[in-house]
Amino acid sequence: MIQLKNINKYYEDGFQALKAINLTFEEGKVNVLIGPSGCGKTTTMKLLNRLTDFTDGQILIDEKNIQEINPIELRRQMGYVIQNIGLFPHMTISENVATVPKLLKWDKQKIKEKVDALLTMVNLDPDIYRNRYPSELSGGQQQRIGVIRALAAEPSTILMDEPFSALDPISREQLQDELTRLQKEINKTIIFVTHDMDEAIKIADQIILMKDGQVVQKGSPQELLTNPANEFVKEFIGEERLGNALPPLSEFIIKDFPRISMEQRTEEAIDLMATNQLVEIPVVDGKGEYKGIVNLYQALNNKKATLAELVDDSIEAITRKVDTNFLMKKFHESKLMIFPVQSEQGKLEGIVEREDLYRFLQQFYERKSGGSVWN
Amino acid sequence: MNFITELGQYMIENSSELFALTVEHIAMVAYGIFFALLVGIPLGIIAAKYEKLAPIIISITSILQLVPSLAMLAILMLYFGLGFQTMVIGLFLYSLMPIVRNTYVGIKEVDDSIIEAGKGSGMTAFQLLTKLQFPLSIPFLMAGLRVASVIAIAVACIGPYIGAEGLGKEIISGISLQSDVKIYAGAIPATIIAIIADVALGKVEKKTKQRMA
Repeated sequence: MIQLKNINKYYEDGFQALKAINLTFEEGKVNVLIGPSGCGKTTTMKLLNRLTDFTDGQILIDEKNIQEINPIELRRQMGYVIQNIGLFPHMTISENVATVPKLLKWDKQKIKEKVDALLTMVNLDPDIYRNRYPSELSGGQQQRIGVIRALAAEPSTILMDEPFSALDPISREQLQDELTRLQKEINKTIIFVTHDMDEAIKIADQIILMKDGQVVQKGSPQELLTNPANEFVKEFIGEERLGNALPPLSEFIIKDFPRISMEQRTEEAIDLMATNQLVEIPVVDGKGEYKGIVNLYQALNNKKATLAELVDDSIEAITRKVDTNFLMKKFHESKLMIFPVQSEQGKLEGIVEREDLYRFLQQFYERKSGGSVWN
Repeated sequence: MNFITELGQYMIENSSELFALTVEHIAMVAYGIFFALLVGIPLGIIAAKYEKLAPIIISITSILQLVPSLAMLAILMLYFGLGFQTMVIGLFLYSLMPIVRNTYVGIKEVDDSIIEAGKGSGMTAFQLLTKLQFPLSIPFLMAGLRVASVIAIAVACIGPYIGAEGLGKEIISGISLQSDVKIYAGAIPATIIAIIADVALGKVEKKTKQRMA
């Protein structure tokens, strides 16, 4: 895990390049730094392998202060992929890939095996490509080599500085897909700099949006899409993409939905449901805590039973933090017409109606097929 | 036609001497270039690594080359006397500029992204130099070497004025004896050496470049 604590960076002319940056890059996650040019995203990344330094604050790598680590050692433990690929033109592909293992003085046989395994991993036949020179490869192939060169010494962290931005759109998309696939196998902590929002949404576990040396918002792609912090974030993400994301669950919660108390009589429950034309109603206890759901037909069939006997307590409530997609799945798996939402303290907050959600979805996709492209 | 047979006859009759002169000519050039490489490459590297020294190093070597060759050799003769070694020193000084400047330019021309990739991979400053910057500057160095060789072969022709032998001996004695044949007998091999050096080193240069394109 890498932590940046209150990092500030001033240039000699007094310009403040980074302002109070606090970030955590978790193990095995893809962290994307994004923002307009000059926002400090590349500078932030280069702090991590000490290609640039900060003025004050603290960076910890697995609890160890980065300034106590020798920069040369540090860089050998971290993969680095740069925008312009930067393969060494006078070395063969296998020599390029073997750069860091050679610096670390690995055994020759071990290096060869590693190089072959990596080439195979990115679908380049070692027998064909091993002894070629970078100039004999296409741009997309070259950047594949750039990526596996960074992986060669098995670093736990990989820094990627706009690695795909110089490629044509088709290669770019292929490499993004490949990276996503690779990440499932290798599970590295990746710090990825880009200015391309589509790319960020596609590959990120965490997106960190920066502007003028500050972090404007950080969170999962879903969080950014559904809850943009301010106008800048909205503008940067773009109307079209915002339209592509489902709104957060909280927008579907009906707070004043009728509810019945456990102490009330069954007849009262039936009346309440009949008046409101409901099939199901949530049941709460005296403290307003969620207890389960009562079904109209079961109540009608067992008018003499108490609510406590009728209540179906196997239906677990969800919290408002749950993803809208997750609830859709829940609805899909059950026959329930409503789904209870409870607060963290267990109080019934409201419910989401199946009909309401489906009506929204219908409009959502209608709008989409009539307008922008859905991908 | 008559002249050509006469020249041919002369060259055959004196072939062993002409051959010895050619060998000495090449030897002077080779020594001069060898020392120029020995000193010039480190100077070029220093110039590239320490920007402040670059103008000083480059201008000194440039001035050396601007001194007219006859004047330079005459001055050297004052200090080092007559003979082979003085000529080698002269050729060394003449060859310095193209080698220093091309090493310097070659290192400067290495793409920033390559250096960044090297640094990011954890290379030390010395490894950056030996593994990336210097190998990548070789095509430039080869171009410098080619220029230096052609110049040195030409300058070596005035060797006899300061007591060095070489093909210039035939040419200069041809001038004083007013013998066309002698002049040609010296000039033709000297030109051939220059052409061979130019073409051969040009090929090497091209080959080193190709791989890195």
